[in-house]
Amino acid sequence: MNEAAKNISPARAHITLSDITMAYGDFIIQRDLSFDINHEDIFIIMGGSGCGKSTLLKHLIGLMAPAKGDIDYDGINFWKSTPEEQDKLKHRFGVLFQSGALWSSQTLAENVALSIVEYTDLNTKQISEVVSYKLALVGLAGYEDFYPSEISGGMQKRAGLARAMALDPEILFFDEPSAGLDPISARRLDELILELRDSLKTTVVVVTHELASIFDIGNNSVFLDGETKTMIATGDPNKLRTDCPDEKVREFLNRGKI
Amino acid sequence: MLNVIELSSHASIKLDLAGLPEGVRRLLVLATAVPQVKDTGRKQGSKNKLEKIGEDALDFMRGAPAALHFLGEATLALVQFFKGKAQYRKSDLFLILQDVGPSALPIVTLISFLVGLILAYMGAVQLQQFGAQIFIADLVGIGMVREMAGLMTGIIMAGRSGAAFAAQLGTMQVNEEIDALKTLGISPMEYLVLPRMLALIMMVPLLTLYGSIVGMIAGMVIAVSAFDVTVFEYYNQTIRALDMRQVFVGLSKATVYGVLIAYSGCLRGMQCGRSASAVGEATTSAVVTSIVLIVLAASILTIVFQALGI
Repeated sequence: MNEAAKNISPARAHITLSDITMAYGDFIIQRDLSFDINHEDIFIIMGGSGCGKSTLLKHLIGLMAPAKGDIDYDGINFWKSTPEEQDKLKHRFGVLFQSGALWSSQTLAENVALSIVEYTDLNTKQISEVVSYKLALVGLAGYEDFYPSEISGGMQKRAGLARAMALDPEILFFDEPSAGLDPISARRLDELILELRDSLKTTVVVVTHELASIFDIGNNSVFLDGETKTMIATGDPNKLRTDCPDEKVREFLNRGKI
Repeated sequence: MLNVIELSSHASIKLDLAGLPEGVRRLLVLATAVPQVKDTGRKQGSKNKLEKIGEDALDFMRGAPAALHFLGEATLALVQFFKGKAQYRKSDLFLILQDVGPSALPIVTLISFLVGLILAYMGAVQLQQFGAQIFIADLVGIGMVREMAGLMTGIIMAGRSGAAFAAQLGTMQVNEEIDALKTLGISPMEYLVLPRMLALIMMVPLLTLYGSIVGMIAGMVIAVSAFDVTVFEYYNQTIRALDMRQVFVGLSKATVYGVLIAYSGCLRGMQCGRSASAVGEATTSAVVTSIVLIVLAASILTIVFQALGI
């Protein structure tokens, strides 16, 4: 299961968070977050509902600035860079939002093609080939000309994933990817994530509470606590399940039965 | 029961629940399992009327920096457009142009015709007392071209397009579609707001011109049918009354209104909260803001043109 996820190369930090505090105005959501997301990790951000997982994701993808602290990508400090440098960094991410967030006035093909059109020099025919390939990867071959409102929620999510992968990003971010998917689709998504990491060496960051996925694919993690408003554990979720000193973490990972 | 539990825990009195039925006991255990959140960060609104007015005023002032920021970004996006470097889809621009322009012709025709009729009829009743019915042509011509066509078209477009833009952008905000654009490094100002602004800047003056003509035709209908003016007389008098200055004033006002409507609609859309009711609020606010700004602009421009002697 997780044996295939063991890194052969030594861990190098891809994203480093130092002393991050996240706040909306005066209301602090989380403080003192310091951890590394290594290259080719499948990194799980977990915690109780409302503890700030999706907010942390927003900080990592450049949508929200931290109240305090630094986020470095391969050594480049994101929030201290110029907007142009930030844009260049953003091209190395792909994001799958919780409900897909497809642009509702464009077809699936147009959705996937947008970043390719804006940021590469491929001609129309090449773009349409790439788009068909990405849609086929997520099991949506043939749905190129459908609008998001014409397909189911699960299919919208998969289309969102195809869009996130359009530029073959170095880092993929997933916000609750298995929410709303049936167990088989959730498993197929897990397998796709593992494949992306193994063949394309993509680093993957996942916000989720789906325990099956966390144990199947996660090899590193951080646990955010809503009460103390800070991180209380980090590391391989399989080891945390049995060995973590903090009872809250073990309770979470064993679905309440310790 | 929950109140009793809370009271007893505060007073450190031990509570024995054994006397309650099993089902009630289990529900109480469930209800007290997750401790109550003490600081949700939500401020309590004040009950005092005077305080509330003060707070509303402060909220309004706090909105000002955001509005100015938006104005600045919109201007930057326009600059990028003129440099030819703006990131937007031409097909989007054409679709919006069609929605904003030709699709609005029926309602602009209707209202301009009505306004022309009203101006003509009310003016004629007074002018007739002096045998000066021919001046209906001047009244309607200058009235429509200089002021009324622009104002009416502006208000129509505020309701039609200002609301539409706020609703579209607001819904996109709710669905995280705008966040998705941002994470791709695409500026929502250039991709979404710019085409809408360009469309209104192009279409409102054209619709105003069209509305003026329709209004003058309505005036002619009244003058010819009820006040003994011939078509030829009306036409001639109109030509004599109008000159390029009136047209210039009317069209510049119309352009300004177009900018203001696009600004209000897009601003409220982008500021939209993340729920369905927020989209409704954004739409309402867009229309109200547009109309207030249009009226302000009309007053200021009237004074300016008066001072310039145009």
